[in-house]
Amino acid sequence: MGSSQSTSEEVRELVGKTGFSSDQIEQLHRRFKQLSGNQLTIRNLRKAPTGLADEINFEDFLTIMSYFRPIETNMDEEQLEHCRKEKLRFLFHMYDSDSDGRITLEEYRNVVEELLSGNPHIEKESARSIADGAMMEAASVCVGQMQPDQVYEGITFDDFLKIWQGIDIETKMHVRFLNMETIALCH
Amino acid sequence: MLPATLPLLGMPLSGAGAGVADGAAGESVLPPAGLALLRWQWHEVEAPYLVAVWILVASLAKIVFHLSRKVTSVVPESCLLILLGLVLGGIVLAVAKKAEYQLEPGTFFLFLLPPIVLDSGYFMPSRLFFDNLGAILTYAVVGTLWNSFTTGAALWGIQQAGLMAPTVRAGLLDFLLFGSLISAVDPVAVLAVFEEVHVNETLFIIVFGESLLNDAVTVVLYKVYNSFVEMGSVNVQAIDYVKGVASLFVVSLGGAAVGLVFAFLLALTTRFTKRVRIIEPLLVFLLAYAAYLTAEMASLSAILAVTMCGVGCKKYVEANISHKSRTAVKYTMKTLASCAETVIFMLLGISAVDSSKWAWDTGLVLGTLFFILLFRALGVVLQTWVLNQFRLVPLDKIDQVVMSYGGLRGAVAFALVILLDKTKVPAKDYFVATTIVVVFFTVIVQGLTIKPLVKWLKVKRSDHHKPTLNQELHEHTFDHILAAVEDVVGHHGYHYWRDRWEQFDKKYLSQLLMRRSAYRIRDQIWDVYYKLNIRDAISFVDQGGHVLSSSGLTLPSMPSRNSAAETSVTNLLRESGSGACLDLQVIDTVRSGKDREDAIMHHLLSGGLYKPRRRYKASCSRHFISEDAQARQDKEVFQQNMKRRLESFKSTKHNVCLSKSKLRLRKAGRKKDGSADKDTPNGKPHRASNLPDTAAVILAVESEEESDSSETEKEDDEGIVFVARATNEVFREHKVPGNGSMEVCPSPRIIPPSPTCAEKELPWKSGQGDLAVYVSSETTKIVPVDMQTGWNQSISSLESLASPPCAQAALRAAHPLACAPPRGDELRDPLAALVTPSPEPHAGFTFAPSLAKAGRSRSESSADAPEQQELQPLMAPEDRGCLSPGTANARWLIQFNRAGRL
Repeated sequence: MGSSQSTSEEVRELVGKTGFSSDQIEQLHRRFKQLSGNQLTIRNLRKAPTGLADEINFEDFLTIMSYFRPIETNMDEEQLEHCRKEKLRFLFHMYDSDSDGRITLEEYRNVVEELLSGNPHIEKESARSIADGAMMEAASVCVGQMQPDQVYEGITFDDFLKIWQGIDIETKMHVRFLNMETIALCH
Repeated sequence: MLPATLPLLGMPLSGAGAGVADGAAGESVLPPAGLALLRWQWHEVEAPYLVAVWILVASLAKIVFHLSRKVTSVVPESCLLILLGLVLGGIVLAVAKKAEYQLEPGTFFLFLLPPIVLDSGYFMPSRLFFDNLGAILTYAVVGTLWNSFTTGAALWGIQQAGLMAPTVRAGLLDFLLFGSLISAVDPVAVLAVFEEVHVNETLFIIVFGESLLNDAVTVVLYKVYNSFVEMGSVNVQAIDYVKGVASLFVVSLGGAAVGLVFAFLLALTTRFTKRVRIIEPLLVFLLAYAAYLTAEMASLSAILAVTMCGVGCKKYVEANISHKSRTAVKYTMKTLASCAETVIFMLLGISAVDSSKWAWDTGLVLGTLFFILLFRALGVVLQTWVLNQFRLVPLDKIDQVVMSYGGLRGAVAFALVILLDKTKVPAKDYFVATTIVVVFFTVIVQGLTIKPLVKWLKVKRSDHHKPTLNQELHEHTFDHILAAVEDVVGHHGYHYWRDRWEQFDKKYLSQLLMRRSAYRIRDQIWDVYYKLNIRDAISFVDQGGHVLSSSGLTLPSMPSRNSAAETSVTNLLRESGSGACLDLQVIDTVRSGKDREDAIMHHLLSGGLYKPRRRYKASCSRHFISEDAQARQDKEVFQQNMKRRLESFKSTKHNVCLSKSKLRLRKAGRKKDGSADKDTPNGKPHRASNLPDTAAVILAVESEEESDSSETEKEDDEGIVFVARATNEVFREHKVPGNGSMEVCPSPRIIPPSPTCAEKELPWKSGQGDLAVYVSSETTKIVPVDMQTGWNQSISSLESLASPPCAQAALRAAHPLACAPPRGDELRDPLAALVTPSPEPHAGFTFAPSLAKAGRSRSESSADAPEQQELQPLMAPEDRGCLSPGTANARWLIQFNRAGRL
């Protein structure tokens, strides 16, 4: 791997791992080099909070991208379920910033605040109350009726699955990966 | 709206109805001899009268159909209406000896079709529509072209083969013309049938979107062929074919452009209707109709124009117009559309009776039926195969079956075939008969069978779950993620461009087309949140009493009662409603269950119900609909519930922020004592507390939507709430400046309920000997409890008396506006003057200062919170005359709570 031309074994290995076609891997590799400035890895430029990787190599890059592959048409139920779970797990980790297996209220709030940050007129407080409402809703969906002294600590992955029950994630979470050389030079 | 349209409808229909001369019996031929006591003026009202009667008959028929659930669940309404039309037409034919009341193309295109198209365009799920735009356009353009060519050519083929009677004199062009009008899937028929079938939304939007958008193709083909036929096939030059192809683009793009221009105008107009709310719904209809007529005038695709107008304007119009106008628009649109649809189907049935226009040819009829089914299916399969090469979510075989079978023909085809010129198209009568048969076959046979078919094929049905906040949030996050990933991958696809469009919309379009106040709070997530809150508040109020009576003091265990769809925030709210019980639950020495229930009921009612108060608002205007009492009360109840909810959030938040250990969902109690005052929109700072304590820096975390919307919705009056509250902290006071609104409710609102007698007498309560000072909300008398035990008993009854007898009340009436911008400093004091505070702090009151600092009143939820019982409204903010400095150990917290606005 790296700036040199990928050998075919490596490519084949990646095909097996990620499910991309070798053409797509070629494309993505070109894109990766473009993004990384011909380095081996892409550095995380943001002054990110702890818990984020500093840099990712091409294999990580491919793995991340593979979450956004469309589902295969010939999947059976079990594979479909598996695929769905994998996609959701990826999403879950995007919320769960400290990766303790729970989306706490604080984490949820951060997400909502960022979502609403596009509108300068909505204040942080409203974002918070929305996050609170969503959390409460999540609690009611996942736990059902809570006892008065019961405690809801955050959305676990199982709860997350429950929340997403009504949404066909497998028909939504995908991006088109092209085989042809049409990638725009965009940044 | 309906009466307004009747005269319009009447004009063209009058031509059809003019033949009825029976009613003219009363008209006298001779000049009247004297003053007639009664004059029969049938002719003056005939046309509108007939229209009204027809619509009335159709509506009554609808009612009759829906009396039996069984019938309508099996037979689509459109079938029943057509059958009814057949029967009525038969009766008219038998009575009048000639067919009357045809479906006139002019009436149909100018009056009956626009409301249906507008309705479908306006309420089109735009996101879904644009997500599938590629597929829709393919089916609409390629599919329709394919259908018309193949059907026309095949019919010509069987004529050449000699399978038709020789009386059918038609050339290839005639058949192509017929193919063009018979091949278009009809939006009215599709909508009528598919709305009852509930297939999954992708399938629905593809079939329905196709039926709407193919209008442009149909119109072009029809016009081109028609002019070719009129010119005669020998005169058609090559340049005409080129023109025909070009006109396809002109007609479709032009129609869409007209629609978008009018959508822009409409959105812009509604931005300035703030003071004339009453005409908002009218504007929507007028401009949409103007779009239709303009496109029709320029011979562009009118259906496309109205569709685009509806799709384009909805977002901005909904943001601009008031809530009531929104409801008015919605209902009027639905009423008009359903009315038009009913009339169309009924007239279709009636028109079929007129055999003078018919000329039957078995070969043509059977051939047409066979070919439209065959080529529709073939076309769908071929196009889907191509589309699936590009679609990330392919359409499977079952979808394709439903799509081909769902190609219903309807009134558009019928109106077009009636419009044919008999001198130019000699086979018109045959075409009319065939069209009627095709329409009847598709609507009745296919309409009847599509439901069982969908069931049998196990087509994915749409599940109608209510929108949840989480879902909305996740989907939004998701859109961002997808756009980001496309960016990373370096391929600018659909998500990228949608993201760009949204940015553009936010930056320029929305700012231009939305009222500033609407633009500010405009956000989809926010909308969902807002809607959920309203729904919860309503359901909470609806069910509050029920919860109590069914489960008494224990928390209602409801999961069994609610389906999964129902388990939403509503449940929690219900909990929070009954959470008032929690205080009592922890008490060992409880009284009888009845006492407790009474107490709960009392708090619930006082918390959840509207509190009458006087208002000075002259509402007698023709241009404004004054809120009726019910709406006002709903609003207040909603506000109260919001406060309650926020209380529970606060305890939740608090636990997370400070301890970071446990997130506790508390069921907030009955007292929304407004521990958190509302942040005022105009940004005046809170008056900080004047005592440098650690505690009780009250954060302004009142419901945001209230403060936000207080800017937007201005026109109702507000109460200002003064809450005296005993806490363990020293004096806090907090002020919220008035927003300078013209109308300030002169009388304050009472928020916290007073305790019931039973509660006051609870042992744990009386044992403390604490600051039990009660303020009667009506009389503003403040009475120390240990001195006035008898007072307790009478409080409840006193509260029901709404006549403040004392001087304060008079003073209040005299200065109705005095309380608008309350001055915090002075307000603290009247209480202190009147109160006899106890020298001892509460024994069991153990708030951590930090908790209080976070501004959460946890008294409701904590077991050791007796002081909530002392929460009393203080009604007399104006009596500053009797101010005196408060004693240092008087622990009163006075808060102003301007009621939020909705």
